[in-house]
Amino acid sequence: MEVPDQRLSAATFEELALPLFEQLYNFAHWLAQDAAEAEDLVQETYVKALRGFSGFQLGTNFRAWMFRILRNTFLTSRTGLKSTVVSDEEIETIPSAAPNPETVLIERANREMVRQGLTELPVPFREILLLCEVEEMSYEEIAQVLTIPVGTVMSRLFRARRALRSLLVEKFKGVQNGV
Amino acid sequence: MACEWSAKLDAYVDGELSSSESTALAAHLRECTSCATYALGLVQMKRSIAAAGKRYQPGAEFRGKIQKTIGSKRRRDGSWYWKIVAIPAALVLILSVTVNLYVNREKARRERVYSELTDLHVATLASGSPVDVVSTDRHTVKPWFQGKIPFSFNLPELQGTDFSLVGGRVTYLAQSPGAHLIYRLRQHEISVFIFQDRGDGTAALASTPISRLSFTVESWTKNGLRYFVVGDVGAQDIESLSKLLRDAG
Repeated sequence: MEVPDQRLSAATFEELALPLFEQLYNFAHWLAQDAAEAEDLVQETYVKALRGFSGFQLGTNFRAWMFRILRNTFLTSRTGLKSTVVSDEEIETIPSAAPNPETVLIERANREMVRQGLTELPVPFREILLLCEVEEMSYEEIAQVLTIPVGTVMSRLFRARRALRSLLVEKFKGVQNGV
Repeated sequence: MACEWSAKLDAYVDGELSSSESTALAAHLRECTSCATYALGLVQMKRSIAAAGKRYQPGAEFRGKIQKTIGSKRRRDGSWYWKIVAIPAALVLILSVTVNLYVNREKARRERVYSELTDLHVATLASGSPVDVVSTDRHTVKPWFQGKIPFSFNLPELQGTDFSLVGGRVTYLAQSPGAHLIYRLRQHEISVFIFQDRGDGTAALASTPISRLSFTVESWTKNGLRYFVVGDVGAQDIESLSKLLRDAG
């Protein structure tokens, strides 16, 4: 969503920011894993964004900007601080098993299983999968939200998919063994 | 998976490869079972995450609260009409933003439909048995769909053209059943999708070929049916197959 090169006003902000409301809320809830906290995050994001809107750089991606504010707000929240004590370098080395492609498994894994898998993933993996698949953001946009290079987006996404796949393998085995 | 292409499969399914790389990889997928299986797994995983990830809905009360937080005063005091007259520039700005948003939304919706169709196209070709009815004869393929989908359609005579019919299968787009036919042109497979035109999300789709990633898509409606032609061949080839179908339908 590129912002036209014109003077920005409160009305413009509303027109741009309100359509993102549901997406931001969904993302916030996934990060915080709590409805009340998600509301606080979204509220704070809108307040911060409105305040910083005059300094918003024209021609840059508005959606990525909003998501970045939300994510930074989360990272400095109590839950956020607890959940992401790992640095970027450490994230890149989080081990994730590389099972053979289990296409049948993914096909048979139901939505609830995938939801559980996403919930259990570390935040850096969960957020990148949501931005890519649910928000359908390009690597460039994701890089802007997470403030990491595009190359890191690619490698982290790859690792996140592997991690989710191995979680699903475990879950699937659990179901088969009646656990 | 030792294949040199394997490192690019994620970027491929995410639509992040250049169009030349994408075409080369698409050609490779037809020959490499291990990459095709992996790509199919990725596509399925992308779909599952997209479905599972759209989970949390904000309440109406909270929406109201946010609107109040960011709403411009003009809107709330209800007397904004004269201001629009006084400041036409503001109207132009709002309109242009709204139109922009609308166009972007339309574009996003179109992208979603196309993305789903190209996924179907790739996933079908990557699967072991792409078609359920295998026949080059339109008079065999067409009746096979009878009773399986809630409409009937005509297929063109291909004699004297470079196209050949491979077969067909039943498919779904946005929960509605339709026909998925596969044609071959030289070494390329082209998918033809036919659905009932419900005049909803697909109404604004382009009737001239557009390129999406390395795929070209053309779509039109005729006699209450919505057609899509998807393939990694050039726009001209897509157009000539579309013309044959249009004339037959």
